[in-house]
Amino acid sequence: MGNPAENFKRGKRGKLYLQERLLQSNHSLVKNDMRKIGLSTQTGYVGKWLDISKYLPRRTLDRLAKKWMGFQAIAVAMLVPLIAFALLFRAQPILTAKSLRELLLGTNWHPLKQAFGFYPFIMGTLWVTLTSMVIAVPPSLMTAIYLAEYAPKRIRALAKPLIDLLAGIPSVVYGVWGVLTVVPFIRNHVAPTLERWSSFIPLFRSDNTTGYSVLAGGLVLAVMVFPIIIAVAEEVIHAVPQDLREASLALGATRWQTIKFVTLRKAFAGVMAAIALAFSRAFGETMAVMMVVGNVPQAPSSFLDSAYPLTALIANNYGEMMSIPLYDAALLGAALLLMLVVLIFNITSRLVLVRLMGHF
Amino acid sequence: MYDPHIRINKWNVWYGSDHALVNITADIPAKGITTIIGPSGCGKTTLLKSMNRLLDEMAGTRVKGQVWLDGINIYDPGVDVTEVRTRVGFLAPKPFPLPMSIYDNVAYGPRIHRHTLNSRGGNDHDLDGIVENNLRAAGLWEEVKDRLRTSATRLSTGQQQRLCLARALAVEPDVLLCDEPTSALDPIAAQKIEAQLQALKKERTIVVVTHMLRQARRMADYVILLWMGELVETGPAMQVFVNPRDERTRAYLDGDIG
Ligand SMILES: Nc1ncnc2c1ncn2[C@@H]1O[C@H](COP(=O)(O)OP(=O)(O)OP(=O)(O)O)[C@@H](O)[C@H]1O
Ligand SMILES: [Mg+2]
Repeated sequence: MGNPAENFKRGKRGKLYLQERLLQSNHSLVKNDMRKIGLSTQTGYVGKWLDISKYLPRRTLDRLAKKWMGFQAIAVAMLVPLIAFALLFRAQPILTAKSLRELLLGTNWHPLKQAFGFYPFIMGTLWVTLTSMVIAVPPSLMTAIYLAEYAPKRIRALAKPLIDLLAGIPSVVYGVWGVLTVVPFIRNHVAPTLERWSSFIPLFRSDNTTGYSVLAGGLVLAVMVFPIIIAVAEEVIHAVPQDLREASLALGATRWQTIKFVTLRKAFAGVMAAIALAFSRAFGETMAVMMVVGNVPQAPSSFLDSAYPLTALIANNYGEMMSIPLYDAALLGAALLLMLVVLIFNITSRLVLVRLMGHF
Repeated sequence: MYDPHIRINKWNVWYGSDHALVNITADIPAKGITTIIGPSGCGKTTLLKSMNRLLDEMAGTRVKGQVWLDGINIYDPGVDVTEVRTRVGFLAPKPFPLPMSIYDNVAYGPRIHRHTLNSRGGNDHDLDGIVENNLRAAGLWEEVKDRLRTSATRLSTGQQQRLCLARALAVEPDVLLCDEPTSALDPIAAQKIEAQLQALKKERTIVVVTHMLRQARRMADYVILLWMGELVETGPAMQVFVNPRDERTRAYLDGDIG
């Protein structure tokens, strides 16, 4: 263990090589010996009865598997444009009846009077999403930097699965948490405090006293996108070559200078992609948001106002009162708009990440 | 005999349980070029990185012993690592230009020490002289003087390595550590780096790790020969190359090992 010459012989490559060579002989005595010196005798073999290759020539099997998987991949990939076309087709009536300007900037939403202005809902979505970004981005980036640059291996290994776990919680659970905790907290603490100390700032002033607000939606969404930003940004930062950090450190730079001027600069595109990915996630989130934002069709002008995001509009109304002319088309038009925005952000950020890291 | 700039005393390094350097004691004389030679995996890089504490950046290392720089043990708990690295520069085997312009690469060191760098780079134009002088010292000035503001990653590998040299020189280190500085370069680019180092050795202490014996013979004033983590022989180049005391040195020089 102490002698470098021995280490050389006992190196990892040597061990694997030995294991391979020994396994080739496949003799029970050899296997016993291997177990004694701590080498694994397992191979990738799955057991005789499971092995279809007995019945089909392996090459044919391989080709079939490849074709089948290729077909599935194409089918899944085709779903997205198919859905987009279906939406476009169904939204066609409203797109021909109203101008785009009227739809996007119209402030009136009265389906019975044939007024379909998305503006309040678009603003609702933007307010809630941007609020969540403002709340989520700084702490997530700090966490990502900490995990990638400072955390000991053990903490990193512990934190990453926990963060992934957070990402897997169903959004309705976040919504319930929002209703039970966030909304009352805003109603009882945040709103009164802001009222007392900073009501001169219009952004913090509102006559909505319910707690169901942009801020509640933003907070819930922020918690939901933490894991996305942390996981992706951490990976991007971690992927910056160690030699680059050393180049900076070797010039006498501190850790923090190195992170600020070299590592983060190198990882900039990837970090932006992480944020864009989170943005698209927040933009399209439905359940958790509509449970806490109040769903009042108005363009908010304060964090404490209620809002009515596009997603909530569709989820709350689709399938009801469908006899109203153009109503169905209007809602699907909103869905198309949502889908386009989410797709653009999502695809762009994924392309950046693929270029940067070779996957995602 | 000669004036030591760095004294390595009973120096041990472990990677986990691997004992990578065993009780190394050696002096690096002031000025001139000291080459560290030895077969692959013998600990040359480890020894080199011990001298400016870049070793700290590797996970799982443990050290014992002292490395004295100008009378200070750089592994003393009170020592400021950034100060050590400012005095002892490092040139890596492969060039890693910082993600910024040629100019900003060279100005990076001076700027972080003056604290005039911000996230958009700096705009302190009195650095122009420093940038030019160090690019000249690295033999790169003529090739890049018209495109100082373009990205450093667009240079050729050989140019990038000279840029890294200029960048290291710009913080005015007393000692320059070079880890196989020409191993990624073609012969002509390699020769340029070698020539620059030869020119620099008059004012600075230079330590060069190399696995090319011929390069060591060309450049060395002093030699340290490592062998599986242990020091085999050290002394003036003439003595080690012409009249080696250790059997293993002879074998290594004859090309029987390594
Ligand atoms: N990061 C590391 N983790 C674990 N072991 C390491 C690490 N770096 C080096 N070692 C081990 O320490 C020993 C010395 O390595 P070092 O890189 O110093 O050798 P070297 O002489 O520079 O080799 P080369 O000529 O191939 O560059 C080797 O046995 C190597 O396996
Ligand atoms: Mg090396």
